[in-house]
Amino acid sequence: MTGFALPALASLSAVLLLLGLAPDRRAGLIATGGLCGAAGLLTLAYLLAGAPAATLPLPVGLPGSGMTFGIDGLSAWFLLLVFWLGAAASVAALDQDSGKTAPAFPLFIAGMALTLLAADGFALVFGFELMSVASFVLVLTQAEDAAARAAALLYLGMAVLGAACLVPAFALLGGGSFAAMRAHPPDGWRAAAVLALVLIGAGSKAGFAPLHVWLPPAHATAPSHVSALMSGAMTKVGLYVVIRFLLDLCGPAQPLWWAIPLLAVGAGGAVLGALRANMEVDLKLVLACSTVENLGLMAIGLGVALAARATDLTALAALGLTGTLLHAMAHGTFKGLLFLGAGAVQHHAGTRSLARLGGLIHRMPVTTAAMLAGAAGLAALPPTGGFAGEWTLFQAIIAAPHVGGLGFQLVTCVVAALMALAAALAAAAAIRLIGIGFLGRPRSPRAAAATEPGAPMRSALIGLAGVTGIIGLFPGTVLALADPALRALLPGRGIAARSLLLLAPQPDAPGYVAVGIAALLGLAAGAIILAMRGRVMAGHATSPAWDCGFGAPPPWLPFGDPATQYGAASFAQPLRRTLAGALLAARQTLDMPPPGDTRPALYSETDADPADAGLFQPGARMREAASGFVDRMQFLTIRRTLVVMFSVLVLFLAAVAVLQQT
Amino acid sequence: MTILLALLATILHAALMLGAAPLLSGIVRSVKARLLGRVGPPPLQPYRDLRRLIRKQPVIAENASWLFRAAPTASFAAMLAAAMLVPSFARGMTTAGLADLIVLAGLLTLARASVALAAMDVGTAFGGIGASRDTTFAVFAEPALILVFFTFALLVGTTNLDAVLSALRDGTLGLRVSLALVVIALMALAVAENGRIPVDNPATHLELTMVHEAMALEYSGRYLALIELGAALRLLLWVTLIGAIMLPFGMADAGRAPSLWLVGVVLWAVKTVMLGIVLAVFESSIAKMRVFRVPEFLGVAVLLGLLAVVFLFISQGFA
Amino acid sequence: MPTHYGALSYDLSHLLGTAVLILSFGLLYQRRTKAVVTTYALQAVALAAAAAWQGYVQGAPQLYATAVITLAAKGVVIPIAMLKLIERLNIQRSVEPALGIFMSMVLGVGLVALAILVVLPVTFQDSNLTREDLALALSVVLLGQLVMISRRLALTQVIGFMSLENGLILAAVSVAGMPLVVELSVAVLILVAFVVFGIFFFRIRARFDSLDIGHFDRISSMHR
Repeated sequence: MTGFALPALASLSAVLLLLGLAPDRRAGLIATGGLCGAAGLLTLAYLLAGAPAATLPLPVGLPGSGMTFGIDGLSAWFLLLVFWLGAAASVAALDQDSGKTAPAFPLFIAGMALTLLAADGFALVFGFELMSVASFVLVLTQAEDAAARAAALLYLGMAVLGAACLVPAFALLGGGSFAAMRAHPPDGWRAAAVLALVLIGAGSKAGFAPLHVWLPPAHATAPSHVSALMSGAMTKVGLYVVIRFLLDLCGPAQPLWWAIPLLAVGAGGAVLGALRANMEVDLKLVLACSTVENLGLMAIGLGVALAARATDLTALAALGLTGTLLHAMAHGTFKGLLFLGAGAVQHHAGTRSLARLGGLIHRMPVTTAAMLAGAAGLAALPPTGGFAGEWTLFQAIIAAPHVGGLGFQLVTCVVAALMALAAALAAAAAIRLIGIGFLGRPRSPRAAAATEPGAPMRSALIGLAGVTGIIGLFPGTVLALADPALRALLPGRGIAARSLLLLAPQPDAPGYVAVGIAALLGLAAGAIILAMRGRVMAGHATSPAWDCGFGAPPPWLPFGDPATQYGAASFAQPLRRTLAGALLAARQTLDMPPPGDTRPALYSETDADPADAGLFQPGARMREAASGFVDRMQFLTIRRTLVVMFSVLVLFLAAVAVLQQT
Repeated sequence: MTILLALLATILHAALMLGAAPLLSGIVRSVKARLLGRVGPPPLQPYRDLRRLIRKQPVIAENASWLFRAAPTASFAAMLAAAMLVPSFARGMTTAGLADLIVLAGLLTLARASVALAAMDVGTAFGGIGASRDTTFAVFAEPALILVFFTFALLVGTTNLDAVLSALRDGTLGLRVSLALVVIALMALAVAENGRIPVDNPATHLELTMVHEAMALEYSGRYLALIELGAALRLLLWVTLIGAIMLPFGMADAGRAPSLWLVGVVLWAVKTVMLGIVLAVFESSIAKMRVFRVPEFLGVAVLLGLLAVVFLFISQGFA
Repeated sequence: MPTHYGALSYDLSHLLGTAVLILSFGLLYQRRTKAVVTTYALQAVALAAAAAWQGYVQGAPQLYATAVITLAAKGVVIPIAMLKLIERLNIQRSVEPALGIFMSMVLGVGLVALAILVVLPVTFQDSNLTREDLALALSVVLLGQLVMISRRLALTQVIGFMSLENGLILAAVSVAGMPLVVELSVAVLILVAFVVFGIFFFRIRARFDSLDIGHFDRISSMHR
């Protein structure tokens, strides 16, 4: 059975590659969804069977060596997420896909699957780039204005950068199959270079700060079922590549300082992403920024795992990695759910700007309930999956001082505080998202006329909400599936959870019992309802809102005066003044005309992501300068051209000489 | 037998927390009134208020959704669940295994989020003001809370509240600087979380300064009763928590010797009333601060938490 | 420092040292001029308690004298004089932070971390007590300097300076065998400094009608 899994999964992925050619759009989507579902079930069966590692060399691919595919616990864990989300997104796409995305969509899923199934450098880079290019095409399909096209182009640039970093990273590891690389782990500057290249190449795909700038616009521009996959699954594939390199291919003998870049990147990204999620007005931008935050939290878990492994604290390493894996699964599911819901809002309420939404709970009850479930995960409220993941990550960072070294301990306590800040900011963003977008009164006539999406979308939303609930209530059970991954990466170690219901930082310790908390909540709610039912006057009267005696709206404003309601910008105002001023360079100007002047008063606000201002724009200027330089090179005299070629030759020889010395 | 006794203690704890919550609010209110030279309402007044509210038929805004009607129950259930996790007179209750500190923080967030969402459901300006300010305060409170938990976890090795309190009660930790810092940080957090002066004024109905009251503005009848009782329960929860950490003595064991429970209950009552009076004195001697100074106030709590952790590192030579 | 003292002596001296440090943060946090002076007085009281406790623990009676001097001079006389001064000169009621309150607190935490990182490796052989007290004292010194540079008002700068000096005394009392002479001279120095600054106040007040030292900068730039 398990020997059968790898060839079957590989061929299912290959069929997905061909599905883009399907003549009929609906049939293609149904087939994609079906294949994803089948592959997901197969992966689940493989994981339940204990996930024995297997490899499959193929004659096609790189001349001479072909390609090698393989599967183990780690790749199967991420495959499960990709296929499951792929199935849900395909079903949802039946409802709203205009057909433009048909050819590239199965290709995108296949690219992710191939990346996860790769067992040598060539296959991994091939899959990774297939995934990048397919998703670039998908982002471009809805790029109608210049800003969206710019987002897509920036995205393509980042994809090229990814390949440009991953190929030399594999070269530094010696190339060939993963097994060969494991046999000769790098050390010294080579290992450091691999760390840097992987963090840039795969980390940018995962949305690690400060290379996250491309992510929000690209995820917001893509069609929603694609953004669900990009945010839910593709970022996790980037995370998988980082884990594969740092915890597997580079071997266990890496120094303690490897953890520092990950902790710094994670804490910075978490706070920045969560803060930006509070500032953005576009529904999908809010969600994309919160993806940056969640990937930052996962990077912190990974950092703890690396630090603990460097000091032989395998139990702590397992805890950090458990947190990362569990949160990856939980976040993938609820973020997919939220993006699909955002797509439903965009199609059926006509806009995704929070400034024009409101009151959707009356017109789109099922969508709102599903979004509420997703937002609860985003806010990490118990007993959701998001809480279980963040709980484990917090346990990991709280135990991290055991690694030792006063400097590292100081880092851990600052990181813990920043994590808590990010978590609370995410909760604020979730409350704002639901409160402004779905509750209250409609802010535009189009939002007042919103309708519920069709049956396929609704079923996808309900299905994803169900899975979020399962992850939330039974995190220990779900983590049993991650056991093979931990055993593969940290020999002799299983997951931290001892029983299926309990999540605990170490064996024989009390922990988080999601079912118990849920039961306690249910018991309390039931008791309240019972107590109220017997003795209290039933029912209620309705009247216009009290609002401190503000009074009912005039008849020509059937939904009340929209300006008297708190909006997306006003809700974020306290945070903008207190935090964003320092972190996002948020500035606000008020142009107040003097009394007697009939000019309207103007209020405007700006903010900028520090990574954009500090890294990308100088990068863009350097690119301009470089292209200008190349432009001039074309018009050199023959003598100068020869000088250039000669100096390149001399430099090359010098480099060879230096390398032979070492 | 032990299990049954523990269950009995748990039920008794729930009844005590629910029954005493309005009394604590009433005591704080009447002590404040005395300090200001007024006679003030008797300490039992909150019970009468609650009874009056429960009897009345609620009036709900026309465009309120199901969420508006469900939120008070959800918020109160979360608060009650949180109260079940904080031991009052006895440790080792049935809920001891669930009583994780981070879970406790999560439950409090759940309670806050339910009310904040309900406040925005009707679409009034005041609900939005309250929700926006409350979530902003929470953003600054959360890091301080986690650092407090960090300190406990370093000292005791777990974030389980019951284990932490047992270690404190046994006195093996000594009189630690970090614990002193943590208690001050917790007090600042309690003031902010419960919307007391100087962060928020529980007695105000001046539109522009209110935070918690603004969120409950559209509620009436039994819904308002649930919210008020929830707020009282939250105050009692924080006071119990701080009392248990600051004065960890006299806590009984739930699993045995019910005769000792009485001592535990009496000591808990004394600690709670004492802290309530301290709160009343503090509130009377200080003015409410501007909304944008609250982050600074909570920043001090973060700082105390950071110092607590840092001092633990150097004093333990922790490795 | 011998380590054979019971746990209580260790904990209590540590606690008092921390109280001094926390009150240093209090100086950074306060916005009202009078509250800054009160906080400074409280810090002096905490310092006096720390000195007295050290005197008891070390069996060094001269430290009691230190405690009494600290309490009388810095805990009572100087604060009262300063409050009088504020009344008489009609100094503005709020301090003018050159740096935001929140930022200066964050910087303060960074300075404490720095002090710990500096002191710990240097004093590694010593017992815990000296190590921590030295770290505490250095933190208080650094925070005093931070108060001096992050506030515009001349009065708060004087207080920053005196709080810095509190840090030095905290270091001195926690090391056994500190002679009283030094302490007395330091106290006298403070009094002198106080008088000098007091005269300054009068002169500044006479010419600029404010105690904002930004005026000095403006004048020097005018002459340049």
